[in-house]
Amino acid sequence: MKYIDEFRDGALARRLAAAIAREADPTRNYSLMEFCGGHTHAISRYGIKDLLPANVHMIHGPGCPVCVLPVGRIDNAIELAGRPGLILATYADTMRVPASNGLSLLKAKARGADIRMVYSSADAVRIARDNPHREVVFFAIGFETTTPATAVAIKEAATLGLGNFSVFCNHVLTPAAIANILESPEVRELGTVPLDGFIGPAHVSTVIGSQPYEYFSEEYRRPVVIAGFEPLDVMQAILMLIRQLNDGRAEVENEFTRAVTREGNAKAKALVADFFELRRSFEWRGLGEVPYSALRIKEKYRSFDAEARYGLEYRSVPDNKACECGAILRGVKKPTDCKVFGTVCTPENPIGSCMVSSEGACAAHYTYGRFKGVPVTAAAAP
Amino acid sequence: MSDVRSDYVRPVDFKRGRVDMTHGAGGRAMAQLIAELFVHEFDNDWLRAQNDSACMEVPAGRMVMATDSHVVSPLFFPGGDIGSLSVHGTINDVAMSGAKPLYLAATFVLEEGFALADLKRIVVSMAAASRAAGVPIVTGDTKVVEKGKGDGVFITTTGVGMVPDGVDIGGDRACPGDAIIVSGSIGDHGVAIMSLRENLSFETGIESDTAALHGLVAAMVASVPGIHCLRDPTRGGLATTLNEIAAQSRCGMVVRERDVPVKAQVNAACEFLGLDPLYVANEGKLVAIVPQAQALHLLSTMRAHPLGRDAALIGEVVEDPLHFVQLETSFGGRRNVDWLTGEQLPRIC
Repeated sequence: MKYIDEFRDGALARRLAAAIAREADPTRNYSLMEFCGGHTHAISRYGIKDLLPANVHMIHGPGCPVCVLPVGRIDNAIELAGRPGLILATYADTMRVPASNGLSLLKAKARGADIRMVYSSADAVRIARDNPHREVVFFAIGFETTTPATAVAIKEAATLGLGNFSVFCNHVLTPAAIANILESPEVRELGTVPLDGFIGPAHVSTVIGSQPYEYFSEEYRRPVVIAGFEPLDVMQAILMLIRQLNDGRAEVENEFTRAVTREGNAKAKALVADFFELRRSFEWRGLGEVPYSALRIKEKYRSFDAEARYGLEYRSVPDNKACECGAILRGVKKPTDCKVFGTVCTPENPIGSCMVSSEGACAAHYTYGRFKGVPVTAAAAP
Repeated sequence: MSDVRSDYVRPVDFKRGRVDMTHGAGGRAMAQLIAELFVHEFDNDWLRAQNDSACMEVPAGRMVMATDSHVVSPLFFPGGDIGSLSVHGTINDVAMSGAKPLYLAATFVLEEGFALADLKRIVVSMAAASRAAGVPIVTGDTKVVEKGKGDGVFITTTGVGMVPDGVDIGGDRACPGDAIIVSGSIGDHGVAIMSLRENLSFETGIESDTAALHGLVAAMVASVPGIHCLRDPTRGGLATTLNEIAAQSRCGMVVRERDVPVKAQVNAACEFLGLDPLYVANEGKLVAIVPQAQALHLLSTMRAHPLGRDAALIGEVVEDPLHFVQLETSFGGRRNVDWLTGEQLPRIC
């Protein structure tokens, strides 16, 4: 496939792997966090870990929109979907996230709630247009990548004069989450989580640009390399981070130059600024309450804000006690450190959100990597 | 005095008519629909006998029986429709035991209000598929449900067939060292269906691969009677089929990604939909597992058949107490190919 295969070239991957092995200093460790679930997925799906030296460690970050959604927010969505006559439109990823009382959106749907899976926010607007006598709520989740699409949906609904459409806004912000991790006691004081550098988001950065990460390189002296989601992008970024660390540099570098500029997408940013404003605080699964880390719909578009329209009240619900998603999302633990991983908690019956989305650290490891460390016969060895 | 003949019956209106509750009520309307549509199109002595069951001579030996319900949406798609699919689906299930399919039964659940023109189009397509395959539909049933309780038409087909002597094919027979062969490119059916879904609709030249595979299977078992496993990778795709066989045979598998045939358009569609072609449904492909020594002979037999032209050797069965299916990625790493979680796309067949 043109423009795809070039970024998955096995021969080039081996050359990059050789360069990483050559340049990585064997006397030290490199602990690199890939912030995005998209990178986590690529690392697992293409078996990138197999190509890295043992002293280069990849730590999975919290950049999976489904994973960081707290139980209380899913409870709110289920509460909305339970209102008579209401249609809840949602991205498919949220359907299986466990909520309170053993429920999930999928189970609520089986009990009669009208929940429709959509591929884009525009589909939600179309459902509202086609069902003028029913209330339609779009369950908006995601980082800066999906926020402009939600803004477009509200804009279109306003233009069409759709009085039956609203948005349950759960959009969150990447820089706030990175700052939260760098400020966490494990990283800052205890030193239990060595964090030498970041692979910066791909799609998020196409919108916000590379400029917002400059603060982390300056203030926290951590290098950031923004990388695309293809496996060669990830390997190239790892090599660039190792070079920075070897040179004692802490800069923002852009591997994903084919899509990311320093300023980002001005049009998308303006659109987001027009419809959304910062929340004072927002709960993240794993990170807890993070100040100024999420967006809400501006007062002048209040009629499109499902929280105001239906008087939703947020109630924080603790995660299942056995679940380590919180620690995994902060990079403090690995999926295999969790007692319920692969036993009680599987993609079919997820206990925690990291086991739900294919971008979640647990689901990625379960699906693609759980044979690691399991002896297989000689015939299967590479 | 009227000049209408005393035995005149107004024919069923296949142009503008719609299914109503009387078409399933057992009365005259139902009898007329059966006579003018099903018996007329499927046209054989068993149906013309108008009994509740069909009575057939069967040879001595081992008989197989398989049944399959079809609820695909949309009903008509590039390369086929629910009618041809319902014939091919059951013929293939019978054939995957190595058997020669002999007879089919068909049950229709119709929704009140369904256009008779569409029903006729489907039945004509079924009749053509059954004739082309040489497997007659010898008995059937029709039921009608109220509007809103169905989705146009659901079709269940059941088939019987006879297994040739000396053939012993089953999902539990894969052995470490066996070769894994796929009969052609994967994912075509799923992508063709997805391209029409209302919330996705994209343009593609990909057609469903729906086809009856019993001719290919007959050639295969004639040439290599010692085939261990055959299965058609329908819902859940190649990945699911390999996991099923690995679990049944209590072994593992290693598949080479670069050897699995996938059309460029299917790859592209999967890329932007976020799907993995290994999990996308097929309706005219099969997976064969065969002792390594006979693999190349079987491969050349398959490639000589029009439905196996693009057959490829994609991997090996290995010993693995955990029954994992693993993929050697083109990128150079290795990963699990796990069971499908949840539902990739509902109502694909």
